[in-house]
Amino acid sequence: MKKHGARLSKDFVEQLSWEKNEPAWMREHRLHCLEIFEKLPMPRFGPDLSELDLGDLTYYARPVEPVQSWDELPEELRRTFQALGLPEAEQKALAGLGAQVDSEEVYRSLLEELRAKGVIFTSMEKAVREFPWIQDYFMKIVPPEDNKFAALHGAVWSGGTFIWIPEGVEVEIPLQAYYRMQTEGVGQFEHTLIIAERGSSVHYIEGCSAPRYSRMSLHSGMVEIYAKEEARVRFTTIQNWSKNVYNLNNKRAWAYAGASVDWVSGSLGSKVTMLYPTTVLLGKGARTENLSFTFAQEGMWLDTGARAIHRAPDTTSRLVSRSVVQGRAKSVFRGTVYVAPGARGAKAHVECSTLLLSPEARTETIPILNAENDEVELGHEATVGRVSQEQLFYLMSRGLDESQALSLIVNGFVSPILKEIPLEYAVELRRLLEMSFERAIA
Amino acid sequence: MNALEVHDLWVRVGDKLILRGVDLALEPGQVHALMGPNGSGKSTLALALAGHPEYQVVKGRAFLEGRDLLALPPYERARAGLFVAFQYPPEVEGVKLREFLRLACGERGKGFCEFQRIFPQALARLKMEDFRDRELNVGFSGGEKKRAELLQLYMLRPKVALLDEPDSGVDVDAMRLIAEVIKEMAAAGTAVLIITHYPRLLEYVPPEKVFVLLDGRIVDHDGPELAWRIGEAGFEVVRK
Repeated sequence: MKKHGARLSKDFVEQLSWEKNEPAWMREHRLHCLEIFEKLPMPRFGPDLSELDLGDLTYYARPVEPVQSWDELPEELRRTFQALGLPEAEQKALAGLGAQVDSEEVYRSLLEELRAKGVIFTSMEKAVREFPWIQDYFMKIVPPEDNKFAALHGAVWSGGTFIWIPEGVEVEIPLQAYYRMQTEGVGQFEHTLIIAERGSSVHYIEGCSAPRYSRMSLHSGMVEIYAKEEARVRFTTIQNWSKNVYNLNNKRAWAYAGASVDWVSGSLGSKVTMLYPTTVLLGKGARTENLSFTFAQEGMWLDTGARAIHRAPDTTSRLVSRSVVQGRAKSVFRGTVYVAPGARGAKAHVECSTLLLSPEARTETIPILNAENDEVELGHEATVGRVSQEQLFYLMSRGLDESQALSLIVNGFVSPILKEIPLEYAVELRRLLEMSFERAIA
Repeated sequence: MNALEVHDLWVRVGDKLILRGVDLALEPGQVHALMGPNGSGKSTLALALAGHPEYQVVKGRAFLEGRDLLALPPYERARAGLFVAFQYPPEVEGVKLREFLRLACGERGKGFCEFQRIFPQALARLKMEDFRDRELNVGFSGGEKKRAELLQLYMLRPKVALLDEPDSGVDVDAMRLIAEVIKEMAAAGTAVLIITHYPRLLEYVPPEKVFVLLDGRIVDHDGPELAWRIGEAGFEVVRK
């Protein structure tokens, strides 16, 4: 496999599958997805994607070989991961950690006690090779027909994580994956599949970053979560992609009876993001929470949302978003709730607030609440606020400089979301916010 | 040394010239009053000294303990020891009073431990215990906002405090409380300037010196009896 310059074609997809030594079902799946990709149109809503040239991407890159310990990584990358605090987090706060650079995983670890309990935390490739039964799960929640980028992902996916939590096993401390795009003009298409068996629980955290290049990059990951009866899954993503990245993802979960799925998403970077984590509440009493924080800065369009599909009785959903927009930037929040005819006693609450820090900042909230039976409780709130010069001056007249004053206002505004994020990440988020303000003011 | 000195200060807002050569000196540990009818430029003086971007200094100088105040950005003026109690303090949603004061105190050299110690004292002094976890000025009544300004003053212990109508919208009990706090601050060394157009608050805190601002200039200054004369006969007594 060429490390660079791999272009999209049937040959490429076949070679990718061959190099990964995949079973026939996966090769066929990839080719099927490619066909669908070629037929489907680009998304007909949301941000302008005209500058994203799918013919000019590098669809596979492996700039770094996998290692057993951080020390073996090339110096520059090792320093990057160190600056991101990964080795330290691995020691202190995580049950397992995976790190991926461009198309392939470079590092993975899991606590021995979890391995002993039967927890599987491995690369997606390895899982596809070792567990034939995965074909009953892989892209069954998000089929390639769903949208063009789902189909593209299905054709060229590489890397990502497979997690299986056995029945009744509760993983108390989080598992984490870190995604880095290193090569200029690369596309990253990791696939994450989480299966939490009955009564189990897991918290999975994703972090993302990339150096800035002038050429556009594409990140189009997919996450599928199966939360079986009474299982609890929390999925946290903090993305800080550089401003040349198109971040177009598909994330979806099925929650069986009594299960709960929580999505926590912090979107701080990228040129364009399209991200709508979705939970399908399949079983009675299933619940979902979807907490989204976006910070759109100069030149960015963060198009995010949350979807809850109530297909069973007594299901509940809560979709909460806080968006901050600075400079000539735009944030959109699409909160969608659908309640099926049989989902009696469903409860859904959608709440989105936006804070505009500049006169040029733009925002839109697009709630769609659709209930097909009468025994439901639906609530919706939306607010847009602006930081006024009077507020800023008032805080500055007490000794806070402009970035302190803005951070204070923004921190207060996003605190309902930040308090749901593990402490170390909340601290990191605050630090990223403060850095952004300092840059913007300078 | 004077705590604050203002020399020949000219300030405009947009195209309108509001201050036309103000001279003023405040002494440490003393209470001063700045009186004047509506529109005479009292608030302009306070906001221009605080560095509000819409109040443009055309000419003149100002010194805080000898430091060139006008050369500093607003937050550095505050860090140097200037405090302005706003006539209309804005509501700042999402920002906890406590969190805000912790940061502001930090910039005045008060560490976290000191903050933890003095914050409950200040809340008790201003009878604002219930406001501990409230958002900054959000939903406060007019009088509560004034007390919250005094609470900040009490916490920050500035060298110079310019209090813009701390008495408006305040009931008698709160007025007494505010007066006591102002006296306490002066006794601790702060140079206080009470900006008002009524002498009412001044009856509770007799100023050592009264300045009268008219049409952008200080037209008279004298001891407290000037305030009483204005109280009886209005600002006519200084229109010569």
